[in-house]
Amino acid sequence: MATEESKANVKRVQVKRFKPEEYPEKHYLNQETGLWAWMTTVDHKKIGLMYLMSVAFFFFIGGMLALLIRTELLTPARTFMDADVYNQVFTLHGAIMIFFFLIPSVPAALGNFILPLQLGAKDVAFPRLNLASFYIYVIGALFTLTAIFTGGVDTGWTFYTPYSATTGGSVMMMTMGVFILGFSSILTGLNFIVTIHKLRSPGITWDRLPLNLWGLYATSIIQILATPVLAITLLLLTMERALGIGIFDPALGGDPVLYQHFFWFYSHPAVYIMIVPGFGIISEVISTFSKKVIFGYWAIALSSLAIAFIGFLVWGHHMFTAGQSSLASMVFSFLTFLVGIPTGIKIFNWLATMYRGSIDMKTPMLYAMVFLFLFTIGGFTGIMLGALAVDIHLHDTYYVVAHFHYVMMGGMVMAFLAGLHYWWPKMFGKMYSEFWAKLSCGLVFIGFNMTFLPQFIMGAQGMPRRYFNYIDQFQSFHQFSTIGAYVMGVAFFIMAGYLFHSLKKGKRATSNPWGSRALEWQTTSPAPLHNFEHTPVIINGPYDYHKPMSEFQLGIATSHNGHHAGEDASHTVSKTEQV
Amino acid sequence: MSEPSVAEENKSHILHHFVDSDQQFEASKMGMWVFLVTEILFFGGLFAAYIVYRAWYPDLYLQASEELDTFWGAVNTAVLIGSSLTVAMAIRSAQLNQIKGLIINLYITIGLAFTFMVIKYFEYAYKFEKGILPGSYYSYDGIAHEKANIFFSIYYMMTGLHGIHVLIGIGLMIWLVFKAKKNVLHSGYYTPVEITGLYWHLVDVIWIFLFPLLYLID
Repeated sequence: MATEESKANVKRVQVKRFKPEEYPEKHYLNQETGLWAWMTTVDHKKIGLMYLMSVAFFFFIGGMLALLIRTELLTPARTFMDADVYNQVFTLHGAIMIFFFLIPSVPAALGNFILPLQLGAKDVAFPRLNLASFYIYVIGALFTLTAIFTGGVDTGWTFYTPYSATTGGSVMMMTMGVFILGFSSILTGLNFIVTIHKLRSPGITWDRLPLNLWGLYATSIIQILATPVLAITLLLLTMERALGIGIFDPALGGDPVLYQHFFWFYSHPAVYIMIVPGFGIISEVISTFSKKVIFGYWAIALSSLAIAFIGFLVWGHHMFTAGQSSLASMVFSFLTFLVGIPTGIKIFNWLATMYRGSIDMKTPMLYAMVFLFLFTIGGFTGIMLGALAVDIHLHDTYYVVAHFHYVMMGGMVMAFLAGLHYWWPKMFGKMYSEFWAKLSCGLVFIGFNMTFLPQFIMGAQGMPRRYFNYIDQFQSFHQFSTIGAYVMGVAFFIMAGYLFHSLKKGKRATSNPWGSRALEWQTTSPAPLHNFEHTPVIINGPYDYHKPMSEFQLGIATSHNGHHAGEDASHTVSKTEQV
Repeated sequence: MSEPSVAEENKSHILHHFVDSDQQFEASKMGMWVFLVTEILFFGGLFAAYIVYRAWYPDLYLQASEELDTFWGAVNTAVLIGSSLTVAMAIRSAQLNQIKGLIINLYITIGLAFTFMVIKYFEYAYKFEKGILPGSYYSYDGIAHEKANIFFSIYYMMTGLHGIHVLIGIGLMIWLVFKAKKNVLHSGYYTPVEITGLYWHLVDVIWIFLFPLLYLID
């Protein structure tokens, strides 16, 4: 039966050489336009762009809150806002940046746009669910904005009990917002897993899957396994406030450390939801701009899965001082060190990819370099915090703040920006100004280090995190840090400026401006409404830089019946070519 | 495996981004399985809370579970297992293109699900009368244990969330009946029946864990 089918396929699959049209007249941006068409679209590219606008909006809000925090910290005690307001501002900065920017930034915004393109699929497996996940995100966001304007939240983004069960403000509104948001994240993860399994074009076998998709795949696994636990935790917390069910509140016989276990069982894997898709982007960017086959394909692919797996076993390192048993702390500390192994594997493979490559320092590559530098610092300081004895000293100081900003902002945001600049031509068909992009990248790098390097020193000297007031000896550090934050703010405004300018007046992008071998660059820029006019047959791998570009073209199966043929179809293709 | 002849006759159900009916069916089914994994983890949090508090207060669980009515709990277990059988028969009917049988089986399943909810309602109402309310509204003094409210908080959270899942299942099956009556479903396309069936089995399995853990402790 199976052989008959494949024989039938051999006859039907006629492959012609395919080169994408340059400067297409019709593409996804100018078809099905109008506000209503956008709002009801099931096209993954448009949904991706709507997510991109939303995360950019929340990045702006969160960034402004960060500048407010840094301005307040220019002087000890009150500079221009009260302590209560300050508590609300840092809570919102954390909650917005994590739940509304970092978690959806790469998977939901960039991932939605790029995943079906890299698979040669027309869309994700469940397009309507994809649109639903966007609206769930919007509803969650509305809840959160309501919480801000009806009393605010001052618990910190972690909502630790018993404080969160007893404090005033709109904690319930906020936790319900994050609860709703979780479903959006789950649906995106579910969609990606099924799409990667079931919608690959003929010729994309698991060993030809772009590393970006391995990253998104690992991320999706974490999303579907961890997010439901956050959902139940926040539901219990909401019930705690509404009915006083007493599971987390010691006044009612509950256990606050249990809340911390529940919370970090989600929230530690969640930091890998934020960083692992960034690893995927960096792999793509480094290979493309080094013009070299990626070094250690399987090592990079599987280390993403290893990080996802180990990430579930280390949540206790957030609770070394919270009263868990010392044996548990030792085990968690040991397991935490293990995360460094797959991460180190990735870093070395990227370096080996660049070694003797012909490196082209375009903006995305520059951001990848910044990523390597900052993320390595963030990773090593993480290992230090994972060491039990060191952590007792550094726990809840600015050292921790600096560490996770190096990982989240220096790692994830830089990877996000690398990806944004890398796929910008594919998204909008326009090029941005390289000069201004590099300038703003440099300013981000300088501003970032000015902001957070002093915080390592302050933290090591004992400056506690989240404090409104501080002793005079820290003032110069705080002021230096604030100036750094302003530099970053300027850099991001420059970025917004040249990106908008490129939309209006940018040079039109060719279909493959970077000379990449990956599938998404073999279609037009911007992509057509259904990504590829025909189901593409993939002849070469996404990193086959050893083959000349002229040889590098997509095959097209004129028959659509080629999806399940997989390897067979690609063999057929090469045979047909030889003839 | 669908009959090729039927599948070729009617292709209106295939969405634009799928190559064929099989790919669409496989994708939908896998999607539902992944969703069920998230459901297990969602309830997993509650089971973890249950385990933690049971380890701390074993006496409490022994005493408090006597307040639960084992007889009606057992009846409800039988009702749900029966509904799992009928939903499986509904899927079989759809595979065999017996639309009438599909609708009848769905009606029986919906009826059993309602029976479950009615029994649950009377169980809740009886407890509310005694003052066994969730959380800080708890006012019953028949259990000589100061943490008695926590057992019932967990009880209400677990059975309440499970009840919400039963209600969602009822909604889904009413939707299926409408679809079947409009002749959308046939042996070449019964994906919604299949995946709703998967969901319903999970709801059943969760109850099979809840019943002994809450009712049958002694």
